[in-house]
Amino acid sequence: MVPAPLPVVLPLLVAAGMTAAGRRLSRRAADLTSILTAGATTALCAGLVVQSAHHYVVYWFGGWKPEHGIALGIAFVVGPFGAGLAGLAALLITLAHVYSWRYFEAVGTLYHVLMLVFLAAMAGFCLSGDVFNMFVFFELMSVSAFALTGYLIEESGPLQGALNFAITVSVAAFLMLSGIGLLYGRTGALNLAQIGDALAGKKPDGLVIAAFVLVSSGLLVKSASVPFHFWLADVESVAPNPVCAVFSGAMVTLGVYGVGRVYWAVFEGSLGSHRAEVRGVLLGLGVVTALLGGVMSLLQSQLKRLLAFSTIAHVGIAIIGLSLLSPLATAGAALYALAHGTAKASLFLSTGVLAHRFGTVWEDELHGRARRLRLAAALFALGALALSGLPPFGTFLSKGLIDDAARQASLGWVGGVTALASALTGAAVLRFAAHAFLGWGVPERGAPSPHEEEAETRGERWRTPAVMAVPACALLVLSAAITFVPGIGRGAESVAARFQDRGVYASQVLHVPAPIPAHHHLEPASPSASAVESGLGSSVLAVLLAAALVGRRRLPRGLGTRLAHVLRPHSSLLHSVHSGLVGDYVAWLVFGVAALGGLFALALR
Amino acid sequence: MSRRIRLILFLVSGAGFAALLVWGELGLPPFGRYQGPYGTILDSVAVLQRHATDVVASVTFDYRGFDTLQEEYILFAAVAAVTLLLRAERDESWQPPSDEAAGRIVARPSDAIWLIGLSSVAPVVLLGIYVVTHGHLTPGGGFQGGVILATAPMLIYLVGEYRTMRAVSPTSLVEVAEAVGAAGFVVVGLAAMIAGAAFLTNFLPLGRIGSLASAGTLPLIEVSVGLEVAAGFMLILSEFFEQTLELRHRRARE
Amino acid sequence: MSFLPYAVSVWLFLVGLYGIVSSRNLIHLIICLAVVQSSTYVLLLAIGYRTGAGAPVFAAVPLTTPAVDPVVQALTLTDVVVESTVVALLLAIAVQAHKRFGTLDPEELRSIRG
Repeated sequence: MVPAPLPVVLPLLVAAGMTAAGRRLSRRAADLTSILTAGATTALCAGLVVQSAHHYVVYWFGGWKPEHGIALGIAFVVGPFGAGLAGLAALLITLAHVYSWRYFEAVGTLYHVLMLVFLAAMAGFCLSGDVFNMFVFFELMSVSAFALTGYLIEESGPLQGALNFAITVSVAAFLMLSGIGLLYGRTGALNLAQIGDALAGKKPDGLVIAAFVLVSSGLLVKSASVPFHFWLADVESVAPNPVCAVFSGAMVTLGVYGVGRVYWAVFEGSLGSHRAEVRGVLLGLGVVTALLGGVMSLLQSQLKRLLAFSTIAHVGIAIIGLSLLSPLATAGAALYALAHGTAKASLFLSTGVLAHRFGTVWEDELHGRARRLRLAAALFALGALALSGLPPFGTFLSKGLIDDAARQASLGWVGGVTALASALTGAAVLRFAAHAFLGWGVPERGAPSPHEEEAETRGERWRTPAVMAVPACALLVLSAAITFVPGIGRGAESVAARFQDRGVYASQVLHVPAPIPAHHHLEPASPSASAVESGLGSSVLAVLLAAALVGRRRLPRGLGTRLAHVLRPHSSLLHSVHSGLVGDYVAWLVFGVAALGGLFALALR
Repeated sequence: MSRRIRLILFLVSGAGFAALLVWGELGLPPFGRYQGPYGTILDSVAVLQRHATDVVASVTFDYRGFDTLQEEYILFAAVAAVTLLLRAERDESWQPPSDEAAGRIVARPSDAIWLIGLSSVAPVVLLGIYVVTHGHLTPGGGFQGGVILATAPMLIYLVGEYRTMRAVSPTSLVEVAEAVGAAGFVVVGLAAMIAGAAFLTNFLPLGRIGSLASAGTLPLIEVSVGLEVAAGFMLILSEFFEQTLELRHRRARE
Repeated sequence: MSFLPYAVSVWLFLVGLYGIVSSRNLIHLIICLAVVQSSTYVLLLAIGYRTGAGAPVFAAVPLTTPAVDPVVQALTLTDVVVESTVVALLLAIAVQAHKRFGTLDPEELRSIRG
């Protein structure tokens, strides 16, 4: 039995201890303590996944069990998705610490302390069953993430990134809090299950729709979906690479998880009568996010910004999975988060290797210089193919589940969108790799702004330390290993069926002891032939696209100029929209909330 | 995007956003008629269950104590964040605190300010301790009292004694106090778990309602939070002081 | 009159956002964010108010005295702490930005874009 609070409480206690020890703690001791703590948290979360496999683990803080369906205290309600996501976050933090062993100069123990608090916040957000408690963890996560973004204070980029991040995400938090206020005013409850019970069966009115829009917009800002995505690209262009690995690998996914958790636990009883409309709006959001992220990623020549936009594209695919509202699609989205999160984290760690060796991550400056880094080249190529959905990487399996679910809902075209988005992001990374490692083609045009020296590392640069390469390899192996876990698709689908069952959730949380839920009947879900075909197809498309971009000059004249023509005019518009100005970002954020509100108001009335 | 286009985008979407908020808030009970179950039940049972006469305190530190633990850590993380962001850069050096602004004449504080300022330090500290330790009885508690405590060194600064202020609140000691305060809350929670109950369950005798030694673990948590908040705010303020008073760009001085 | 406090919270949210969108000074922008946040204080406290009820503190009054909702007060307390920390953090960024760029105008801090 793993006590549910431990994944939160353990890192918090160690963080305080490390602060008390301060400079008395050597760098190595601080590294080791952090690795052990985050590693132990990973194990605790894995234990919680197993423990909650058939039944939610419900934990009432202070022992305040609910009476007559009314909660007086705060509960952790642990299911396999939440615990799994917390485990992914803990694993990435562990590997980030291993990787940082030789990586950058730490300022006392501040980096370690902030990473551990960040971990506790992510874990708490995933495990909580109380909407205000989720808000508090959202804020704790944000404050530590802002600081980690601004880590390299001696450059101008990190300050701008941290500022844009802090303003945008704080506004998002207040949107969420306003939504919580509305829900509390209506139901007099903060426990997700209890709010859900109070709203169930009633026609959605203005308050319910506004609360849903406010809470989910707040969470969608965290997940960087269009048009709330601007901050992520700025942040990941400048944050330290191990921190980016955690942001892209786990933090953005928490936003998508949060929307799902809140929708099925709270709003499903009221909005469920309008499934088709909810699906339509969320699907539109996911498709726009996936495609815009993919295109923007192809237009970047700074590697970290390229990877950031590719994360946006893949979040879009996860949102598409969520939007279909069926267990199969949700299972796909959950596995996709795992497969993409590990692959993307690996790519960010490999990016750190380039920054360590060459002091730059710009495509034109790296052109052909990295020929001798065979391992890094292989890591980039495999990571790119994992993004494009090549079997056996978990991305192909999970994307296949989403596509199958879309076909079942007579939305076959969705498969084309997910394939295209994966191919675009895969092609972007492949093109970068071909330029940097092989020196093919001509160097890309210079960057719009002066390049800054990457100051993350100092000292010897002539070889890649093993502690930097091993975590990146391990993550890629993990991303592929998902496919070989027997029955993982079916297992995830049955978990998803429970995740979507508001009645089971409410009864297990509020009315203890809860009945064992009826076993959901499921069709066996194994990687279908169509998933393999579509995975191979999008990978081939990615390779072809990358080859066309690298060898643009060698293509027949008409084709080459047409390709350049297709990418150029839109790109200047797209570039100018991503202006780096926080005022613009907040204006787009308000636009996004108003648009979502308008669409839901029209659809649900 | 030009400023003009941005403002137009904002004004149009802002109107839609305002309409959404108003539409939502029209569904709330009329102002003053709220009857939700959560707070109503707590108002009637909390005093008897927790032997604390301030219901807000028992909500903050017990019923929803786990929120407050994270809230305390938000401050803890912010202190680490501010320390990180305001650290000395490679091209900066430390120098004795002095006002270097050109052409500015700073008058020494008058004797009256000096006398009143310094003689208020002890009463402020006393008030802070009172507010921290009586949080379970009357409005107040760790957060409010902690902020009051953190203003005591500020009084010393205001009367022109920056060096004295740094001497009475040495950073290394304040850092330890902050960490101990943060950890203390967690330890109280864990102690309940070791005793076999859920995290943060009260395990001390509840005492007589209204007396100082009542409400079980609440006063312990209040003191721990008070320590964290007082130390945390002192650290944040001293970081800002260092920026303006002690850190100088080498280039600027040459 | 029964909608007035809620209307105030909507107004504060909007003027705060307008300030953020149009600001030419980082300090001003940060304070505007605090204005947005105060909208949530007003909303939470207004929701829990009961006409004629006192504070949920029973130190000197009998337990049966009507009192306002204590939960929203605890939530607002958390919200206040969040605000002060976020503001401190943003001001630290503003101090560094001023050192680096010699300006507090957010429109001139644009090393990353596109």
